[in-house]
Amino acid sequence: MRKEFSTYIEKIATQQKDIVFITGDLGYNALENLADAMGNRFINAGVAEQNMIGVAAGMAYKGYKVICYSIAPFVVYRCLEQVRNDVCFHNLPVYIVGNGGGYGYGIMGSSHHCIEDIACFSGLPNMKCYVPAFVEDLDACLTDMFDRKKPAYLRLGLGKNRPEFLLPTPFGAASKLSAGSGLTIVAQSPVANNIFAALAGDSNQHCVDLFIVDHMPFTTLPDTLAQSIQNSGNVLVIEEHIATGGLGQALSTLIHTASLPVHRFVHLFAAGYPDGLYGSQSFHQQVSRLDENSISQTINSFFQPL
Amino acid sequence: MVLSEKEHINLQGNLRLKILRLHHSAGSGHIGCSLSCIDIMISILRYKDAQDSFILSKGHAATALYSILNELGDIPNEDMSTFYKNSTTLPAHPAPGKYAAIPFATGSLGHGLPIASGIATANKLSGSAAISYVLMSDGETNEGTTWEAAHFAVANKLDNLLVIIDKNGLQGFGNTIDILGDTAAVALWQTIGFDVATADGHNVNNLIDVRNSLLATHNGKPKVIIANTIKGKGVSYMENKMEWHYLPMNGSQYTEAVDGIKTKYNL
Repeated sequence: MRKEFSTYIEKIATQQKDIVFITGDLGYNALENLADAMGNRFINAGVAEQNMIGVAAGMAYKGYKVICYSIAPFVVYRCLEQVRNDVCFHNLPVYIVGNGGGYGYGIMGSSHHCIEDIACFSGLPNMKCYVPAFVEDLDACLTDMFDRKKPAYLRLGLGKNRPEFLLPTPFGAASKLSAGSGLTIVAQSPVANNIFAALAGDSNQHCVDLFIVDHMPFTTLPDTLAQSIQNSGNVLVIEEHIATGGLGQALSTLIHTASLPVHRFVHLFAAGYPDGLYGSQSFHQQVSRLDENSISQTINSFFQPL
Repeated sequence: MVLSEKEHINLQGNLRLKILRLHHSAGSGHIGCSLSCIDIMISILRYKDAQDSFILSKGHAATALYSILNELGDIPNEDMSTFYKNSTTLPAHPAPGKYAAIPFATGSLGHGLPIASGIATANKLSGSAAISYVLMSDGETNEGTTWEAAHFAVANKLDNLLVIIDKNGLQGFGNTIDILGDTAAVALWQTIGFDVATADGHNVNNLIDVRNSLLATHNGKPKVIIANTIKGKGVSYMENKMEWHYLPMNGSQYTEAVDGIKTKYNL
């Protein structure tokens, strides 16, 4: 999604002179267009992420909308206190953009993975996290982010196009993507693409309701999702994020609060590094049972006679 | 107009009494830290332009900030009486979004310089002549963000940034020199590329002169005043004593402190 992201920013920053872009010394072969287009509003703050966030807070206080860009883990964990104290407490328009969320950086290893970002950020005051699943959803996330003018985090992942068979949906808390009645699947991030691969050609696909939640915190259960859960009584949550502090826990709370009857609730999430072994993003998805085959098996298990 | 030395001493004494009253009524600590930097705050806050910004990075000196802002009319008296109590807008460390004169909540060290550098960057970008001031403690220069921000300020030629370091030589659990060494040394800041000046941190007229001299030089270099101070300045039994970072005063200690200030500052 990085190319689409920089294209969007180039366009909007050309129109809006109060937008500043700060990179933590990353963006080779991806952000050169922004450096050219934005001139002195494009700042390389060096390999110093904590300072980058503080600088962004100071600039936002003076009226600028400031994007802070880095590889996701570097801009989440390293500067969590700066994000909380300097940005969120003051409700400033600082937009933190982390590339390669989840296991996106694959074989680069655990230092480059970001599977606890939503847990870290989504509870901070005034913060909204955006986790687009498809390239087509990025524009809506960015538009909402700039319109909102408040602290934000955007997790960029490997961009894939929205499958043609999906229902078109506007940006929302839980976009319904297809319709069924036997199982409600709620997913977040580009890992959702593995669901579609799992469903393609699956005889159960017409029995499945699919929802994508592309921003966090997830605090309100949309009527369509509540209705789907009411009808199916079966819930499958899929996210490339640890179980703690992510979509699954948020949805579980909402279901209990609404007293919805759920027969079965299955949560597929980033398992971390259970065997201490490392590999590609697909490898880690497989270990976490987030790959196409595992998801297919999990879906089928809902339709097996007990 | 700049006050005379005598008028400054009067103000320095009265603000000390105000600080002591706050701490005594609250039974709170961090007294030595406020007495250490109140004179620096006078030199900046009483004389800065309206467009300039000031960040108290050593947020534990909040009573010094509250006292001078109250003196300047930025914090009303009725708020001052709520200091440290439930439902206050004046907790032990400055809160966010309550007073225009306190643009940032601080209290965790190492945040002020990056923020002030961002303000200075924004001022440059927008063509504003405003100065970005930040007051730090010397212990705070242990923080890695100090050095991230210092290099950033030099690289971005932020000569509209003025850092003041309250160098009292004490930090949380010992002498700064014994812990990580002198991270507020003149040579360090010079090597990085700052315009460095030292000052007597308890002589307001001296602080103003040094500030004016630094800001008159538009050479693309950020500025720092390393202000030599005494923790607990003005209260004999607190001076240079680490424990007065933490301790509250009992009744007799308060009386002794007030009497001492009145004598020393001719009140």
